[in-house]
Amino acid sequence: MIPLSHYLILSATLFAIGAAGVFLRKNLITILLSVEIMLNAVNLTFVAFGRYAGDLDGQIITFFVMTVAAAEAAVGLALVIALFRHRESLNPDAFTSLKW
Amino acid sequence: MPETVTFYLFAALAVGASLLVIGQRNPMYSVLLLIASFGALSGLYIQLEAPFVAVAQIIIYAGAIMVLFLFVVMLLNAPKEDAAEWDRTHPLRQPGVARWGTLLAALLIVQLAMALMAVGEYNNPVGAQSDPATVNSVADMGRTLFTRHTFAFEATSILILVAMVGAVVLARREGDQ
Amino acid sequence: MHAAGAVARPARRDGGALMESLLRPVVIGAMIFIVFNLLIVASAILVLAERKIMGFMQQRYGPYLVGPHGMLQPIADILKLVFKEELRPKGADKWLFTLAPVLSVVTAFVAFATVPFGAETTLFGLLDEPIKLGVADVNVAVLVVFAVTSMGVYGIVLAGWASNSKYSLFGGLRASAQMISYELAYATSLAAVILLAGSLSLREIVDAQQGTWLGVLPQWYLFLQPIGFIIYVIAGVAETNRAPFDFPEAEQELVAGYNTEYSSVRFALFPQAEYINMVTMSAVATDLYLGGWHFPGVPAEFGWIVFLAKVAMFLFVYIWMRWTVPRYRYDQLMMFGWKYLFPASVLNLIATAALVLYLNA
Repeated sequence: MIPLSHYLILSATLFAIGAAGVFLRKNLITILLSVEIMLNAVNLTFVAFGRYAGDLDGQIITFFVMTVAAAEAAVGLALVIALFRHRESLNPDAFTSLKW
Repeated sequence: MPETVTFYLFAALAVGASLLVIGQRNPMYSVLLLIASFGALSGLYIQLEAPFVAVAQIIIYAGAIMVLFLFVVMLLNAPKEDAAEWDRTHPLRQPGVARWGTLLAALLIVQLAMALMAVGEYNNPVGAQSDPATVNSVADMGRTLFTRHTFAFEATSILILVAMVGAVVLARREGDQ
Repeated sequence: MHAAGAVARPARRDGGALMESLLRPVVIGAMIFIVFNLLIVASAILVLAERKIMGFMQQRYGPYLVGPHGMLQPIADILKLVFKEELRPKGADKWLFTLAPVLSVVTAFVAFATVPFGAETTLFGLLDEPIKLGVADVNVAVLVVFAVTSMGVYGIVLAGWASNSKYSLFGGLRASAQMISYELAYATSLAAVILLAGSLSLREIVDAQQGTWLGVLPQWYLFLQPIGFIIYVIAGVAETNRAPFDFPEAEQELVAGYNTEYSSVRFALFPQAEYINMVTMSAVATDLYLGGWHFPGVPAEFGWIVFLAKVAMFLFVYIWMRWTVPRYRYDQLMMFGWKYLFPASVLNLIATAALVLYLNA
């Protein structure tokens, strides 16, 4: 039997990897992918705790998280497409016109 | 015993694939590696006795969201990041960061693991508390979704509609109808 | 009607003698081996059947020379493909070019894993206790089939991309857009059947269709859901990229579309994946609408023969449709999927839900 702490460490590691991706990568699409990794880590935590407590709510929340992630990915990618059309670049450092 | 093997197998696959996702220069490879990571997570959900979440993960994440990412990568012909610039500017490739950063990250992970395992409760195996027969059933999930969580359900459906319209409007070329 | 039951593992909790810890992997391994080989044999037979039936519909004999009446033709085809030169375009992505057909064929095989094809049987008394005919019996089998077939999109879209050629890319993009569009109608017509059966497990859906009305008409969902059946079959044909929805691989239009640059074994895997997808779709349609292995008057041990006959009938209809009906143009195809088929399946679902509620209240 797997202790709960193993699942929590795994999901914390995944979340950290996703956060590292958001900070370190200079490609808009990879940043969005890292956000998806983070959301998945959160899903894993919910399901693990739900199973631990014998409650079905853990799985129900993941249902909503997945839906919100889908909506956010769709809008995020539409933004990426629109941005790419302006600057022909996927590097977030290329969009600096609002900087002082 | 086989549970431990599958857990470590899927966990290693998920962590390895995620590390490669953020480390790849080619965004196409990143998307495919993330699909592999989602598959591993789906296996973990099955092990946590959540079959519906596992299948929904494949259908929604690996089967729909990642297809969206793949289309965008192909549509934009997303360029591979230039190798020389990658080596020059990538923070993880500076010698100081590479050595000390990795050490610090390893230390933090060890500390986190020790902290989590120090909480006595969390060392109980998942599933010891509850009878598996009462934990999940797609019918129960549906029932709860439509009775206790009706508001969230309806709000989510409006959210999806708004996102759909928003995505179409944002990605439209200017001057098109 | 009963709820979906417990966790995703074999229903027999104690396991029985046949499912004890050592014997169980052997049983499962044997079942996997048998099903895998049966699927490969089925795809070989389909290669021959397609060309023979096509020939007879065009008033000529099909392949006639290899073996008696051309029966060894599939072997000749496979040998020819294996001996061809393995080409790879220079700009093609090294890994993805090989990964794409592998992904296609792997998802095709895996999709059949949760499809049951026979009742519980003791193999005429050979075994101590009955085993279920089917590789795995999970209680979300319908969703697993749907999930794995939606992963099949990747094989095609990656094949289009990795070939580094514009014909392939367009073919790949169109094929994947078509497949994800028809997945909606597919899933919604599935949902109506799930409402009727009250379960997501394919085995339970089949078992809900046993028996007859008035001793004569079998209680198949075909009679309760005729429109749903038609929608499901059309969506299934579109999912497998078969005529009349095979625009992505049409020879006349796109020079064989996404598999233009493929040759030899990598090429052979694409049609094989297509045939096995056809078999899976036919098997799932049989389980959902035609009562699986049930037929009034046939005992349970011979159910798998009934199942085979029904799947064969479906496959014949697939081949018949290909060589009879002209191909849809791509925009007609997409318009049909989104504007006609999907609303029809949603209306079907609503009507089924209303009827179930009314008849149960």
